Amino acid sequence: MKIESPINQDSTPVVFSAEMMAEINSVIAMFPEGKSKSALIRILHIVQTNYGWTSVPAMNTVAEILNIQPIEVYEVASFYTMFHLNPVGNYVFEVCRTGPCMIVGSDEIIAYIEEKLNVKVGGTTADGMFTLKTAECLGACGYAPVLQCQYKFHEHLTKEKVDEIIEAYRAASFVN
Amino acid sequence: MAGRKLLIENVHIPGIETFDVYRKNGGYASVEKALKKMTPDEVVEEVKKSGLRGRGGAGFPTGMKWSFLAKPEGVPRYLVCNADESEPGTFKDRYLMEKIPHLLIEGMITSSYALGANVSYIYIRGEFMYILHILEKAIAEARANGMLGKNIMGSGYDLDLVVAPGGGAYICGEETALLESLEGKRGNPRMKPPFPAVKGLWGCPTVVNNVETIAAVVPIVNNGGEEYAKIGIERSTGTKLISASGNLVRPGVYEIEMGVSVEEFIYGDDYCRGIANGKRLKACIPGGSSVPILPAHLVTKTAAGENRLMTYESLADGGFASGSMLGSGGFIVFDEDQCIVRNTYTFARFYAHESCGQCSPCREGTGWMEKVLHRLENGHGTMEDITLLEEINKKIEGNTICPLGDAAAWPVAAAIRHFREEFEWHVTHPAEAQTRNYGLIQPRVEEIKAL
Repeated sequence: MKIESPINQDSTPVVFSAEMMAEINSVIAMFPEGKSKSALIRILHIVQTNYGWTSVPAMNTVAEILNIQPIEVYEVASFYTMFHLNPVGNYVFEVCRTGPCMIVGSDEIIAYIEEKLNVKVGGTTADGMFTLKTAECLGACGYAPVLQCQYKFHEHLTKEKVDEIIEAYRAASFVN
Repeated sequence: MAGRKLLIENVHIPGIETFDVYRKNGGYASVEKALKKMTPDEVVEEVKKSGLRGRGGAGFPTGMKWSFLAKPEGVPRYLVCNADESEPGTFKDRYLMEKIPHLLIEGMITSSYALGANVSYIYIRGEFMYILHILEKAIAEARANGMLGKNIMGSGYDLDLVVAPGGGAYICGEETALLESLEGKRGNPRMKPPFPAVKGLWGCPTVVNNVETIAAVVPIVNNGGEEYAKIGIERSTGTKLISASGNLVRPGVYEIEMGVSVEEFIYGDDYCRGIANGKRLKACIPGGSSVPILPAHLVTKTAAGENRLMTYESLADGGFASGSMLGSGGFIVFDEDQCIVRNTYTFARFYAHESCGQCSPCREGTGWMEKVLHRLENGHGTMEDITLLEEINKKIEGNTICPLGDAAAWPVAAAIRHFREEFEWHVTHPAEAQTRNYGLIQPRVEEIKAL
């Protein structure tokens, strides 16, 4: 697990908002007594939705809430690819590039987004607005090429459609 | 003509995603029938009679899987729905859950009753978070209408349903990895035995079934197992959702009667309507990325020259030499311009990315395959690399805890078996391989002779 961000060295505990805590508690309540660890992955989604990524201090707070060791949270967050362990842009584009997307042009779409945003795969735009990542099979092969941003699927991608998507996110009209 | 539809017939009815519309169109009849008129064992018996086989890919008989469930006194049992749909080429469960979520909820209730589970879980891949919300809404509606909770329809049977998301890991589609993940851990598959039927979720007896399998229980209970078994051929009974992708005129999700010919499915007006842009068929992967690829001449006909059908048996006809598998029904079609080496490389990269890292042969082997295929695809490969791929394959296959290793090895082996010339061309024409694809490969001379 790479923990390059200085935020990850900060030992100040993160205090979750009342709304976040209410949501977290409702997830914990879904599982039998003593099995609250089952809520962990969904809680990490809640953390990421609120902060944009899963920082070490935030994960430490999750460990406290679930009464488990911090390492039990880190090892899970680092196993599942959806969790960002370092800061990312406001909007993360995850473009699928596995076979079914590749054969209908995902490579060209990725190259186009790189050019359009002036950023390489893995990088974040200078204004901190977009991060470009690739994904392995998003399960939307019949509607390829596909990208996902903040849990939203954008399908049947073309260069024109990519332009529209980027503009819409800039105008923040795709907020889920 | 299009066959009968048992699962997605009603998806086009406006409002079918709501409880009221779904119920008015005959929804929840299986719950009513099972809970009021049948014992749990009678439900299991109908599923056995139906011949239903697991729709997630393995094709194991569902009724038999259910009958393996241990039933010790005083220990809870669980039904867990596998909605971690991640096999490249497969997107049917997403379609079903998004369009007609109550069908899955209904199937979960009827199946949970049959298995004696009082809490059941739907584990859904994290990328499908919007579907998790659709399912939770459907569950809330079902509860408000007395289909979930205490004493469902006055039967004395109690059931709660919970949806839990993953976080992006293909391996969690493997049932024991899924259970680990549902317990809030890394998705490392468990050693079997013990099987989940004996020790599953939190050490309790558990059945894990695919979304489509659970949905199929609804028509089976409604119409009877024997009626269901009348559809299809041999041990491929009922209907199957096929996810069609790649270079097709009309990709998408289709419900087929088992036994439709592959030719009809690819070219028929009711299905995919042929290859896109007037091109020719080069290859097809009929059951998701893990199953062997077939070259054009083995797609619609078997090696023996018989019509290839959309059934477990017919797609597997010829074994790994000239056949493939129905798998999850992830039907990927390649036109004449597609590069098989590049496609195989993307799959190898996929498996290397998704290997959980627990077993060395898979962790290291998938990485090696990715690197070697990257070399070949980018014009730095040698003839020995092709042999090396075959060697790596043999060292992964059968040497891992779970089937991900096999799933990674088989597609590479099959691609080399049927498209060796194309791999060799990448070695002999490195510069050309960078600028154009190999194009439509002619059937190998010896394969034509074999026909």
